[in-house]
Amino acid sequence: MSFAIQALTRSLNVFHVAGSACNNCDIEILDVLTPRYDVERFGITLVGSIKHADVLLLSGIFNKKSAVRLKHLYEQAPKPIVVVGIGGCPATGLMFRDSYNWDVPPGEYIPIDAYVGGCPPKPEAMISAIVKLIGKLRGG
Amino acid sequence: MAKTTIVPIGPYHALQEEPEFFKLHVEGEKVVHLDIELGYNHRGIEKLSESKTFEETVFLVERICGICSCSHPIACVQAVEDAGDIEVPERALYIRSTIGELERIHSHLLWLGLAGHFLGFNTVWMWSWRYREDVLDILELISGNRNHYAMMKPGGVRRDIKAEDLPAIRKMLDGLKGPINLFKGAVIDDPLIHARTEGVGVLTKAQAIDYCVVGPTARASGVAIDVRRDHPHAAYGLVDWDVVVMQHGDVYDKAIVRVLEMFESIRIIEQCLEKLKTVPGPVDSNPKEVKPGEGIGHYEAPRGEVFHYIRSDGSNRPARHKVRAPSFMNVVSNRVAVLGETVADATIILAAVDPCYCCTERMAVVDAGTGRKVLSSQELIRLSQEKTERLKKELGHEGPKLKLER
Repeated sequence: MSFAIQALTRSLNVFHVAGSACNNCDIEILDVLTPRYDVERFGITLVGSIKHADVLLLSGIFNKKSAVRLKHLYEQAPKPIVVVGIGGCPATGLMFRDSYNWDVPPGEYIPIDAYVGGCPPKPEAMISAIVKLIGKLRGG
Repeated sequence: MAKTTIVPIGPYHALQEEPEFFKLHVEGEKVVHLDIELGYNHRGIEKLSESKTFEETVFLVERICGICSCSHPIACVQAVEDAGDIEVPERALYIRSTIGELERIHSHLLWLGLAGHFLGFNTVWMWSWRYREDVLDILELISGNRNHYAMMKPGGVRRDIKAEDLPAIRKMLDGLKGPINLFKGAVIDDPLIHARTEGVGVLTKAQAIDYCVVGPTARASGVAIDVRRDHPHAAYGLVDWDVVVMQHGDVYDKAIVRVLEMFESIRIIEQCLEKLKTVPGPVDSNPKEVKPGEGIGHYEAPRGEVFHYIRSDGSNRPARHKVRAPSFMNVVSNRVAVLGETVADATIILAAVDPCYCCTERMAVVDAGTGRKVLSSQELIRLSQEKTERLKKELGHEGPKLKLER
């Protein structure tokens, strides 16, 4: 396990980008921080700037206007960074896949490491996904 | 003249859960102008809706907004029922109101938490979201999902509320009254919340009418509008409840309106649950077709009036579907509410209308001038109350100036 991966997978600083989401995954992401699930116990916190982030969470489809911003954000992110798509939208677009205001899923222009399915995924599913992802990164 | 600087908030800002772009024009600390730029959330839902059948459209409008994921479907199915003269069984009306009010409670708790977060009072955030979980559990019990309940369909509701679930709902509501009272006390008594919210971001009654604001934003400014009362739908004409109106239009009044509305919601749900014990019958009239015609549907979402228009040409799809969401009216009122305030207060003022951009972005707002798109818990509570008392004495604060009517 390289030093970078070891440092990356300790206490995760999470930056969250809502694309053109319906707000539900965004609220469920915040929910994971609140007392019932309380992932801050494990040192997982939301940070205000992409430049502090270990994990980038995407939610919603990315329309023509927000896709440009997502590319800029990813360029500014420190590497290595783990990118996780929350909900079905970043993976497939779900009901919005026929919309005139988007072209391709974000996985086509930035590398995405994992997707958490669901509309919205339950907080338990998100926690489980992060645990599995960390295990995978550490070579487990 | 002082030099004007632009402070950008957004589109991806630590403060916001959703992408939106506020440009604060400031002179020193004072906000002199606000530009709002939207469009990051436009998904073309009205166009997509024309490619879905009437039943599928309900699932689509549910995903306009995850927090109003019952308000949009209710307004939408009412528009379809209005267009096609479809009857709705009485039991379905009570179920619609029950789900709608459960959603209002969780949405107001959510706003209260975020408002605390924006004030730098994260304890309120954690507390109110902890109690919000109980409401989400009940919604999961009834509908199978914490959000996006998929309960509405033209002609009724998709699922019945089972008799054996009623005690659990009642128990949750009883358990919620204490915490909401606690929040009421916290908002009314806490001198710090007072100092940050009272007289801040005032939207006068005249301005509220000029900007056509709706929902709690209007009711906090003394405009007594509520679609539930003015155009009774679902079961709101069949139960007893009050519209909460405050007069000052500042952030404090907006918070009070929302806290008191939660009590009204609990009252409505309790009456609906009583009715569900006795009112028999199917919950769905199973309409086979929607006649050609036009229909409108209103619903008082947690943020204000949701309006849906549907035109049917006799086929199984809407020929035109128009949506107007409440934040579309409310967000623009920030342009007057935030003027003359400091940058530090701007965050809570911008959040006080409970903006919801995923609802709003049916179209973009354009600035005509520039053409641009704009310990034990009980002990902790006691300790905190003691501290509040101590602070009140130290600050010489006498409590709220306005009297609550109820």
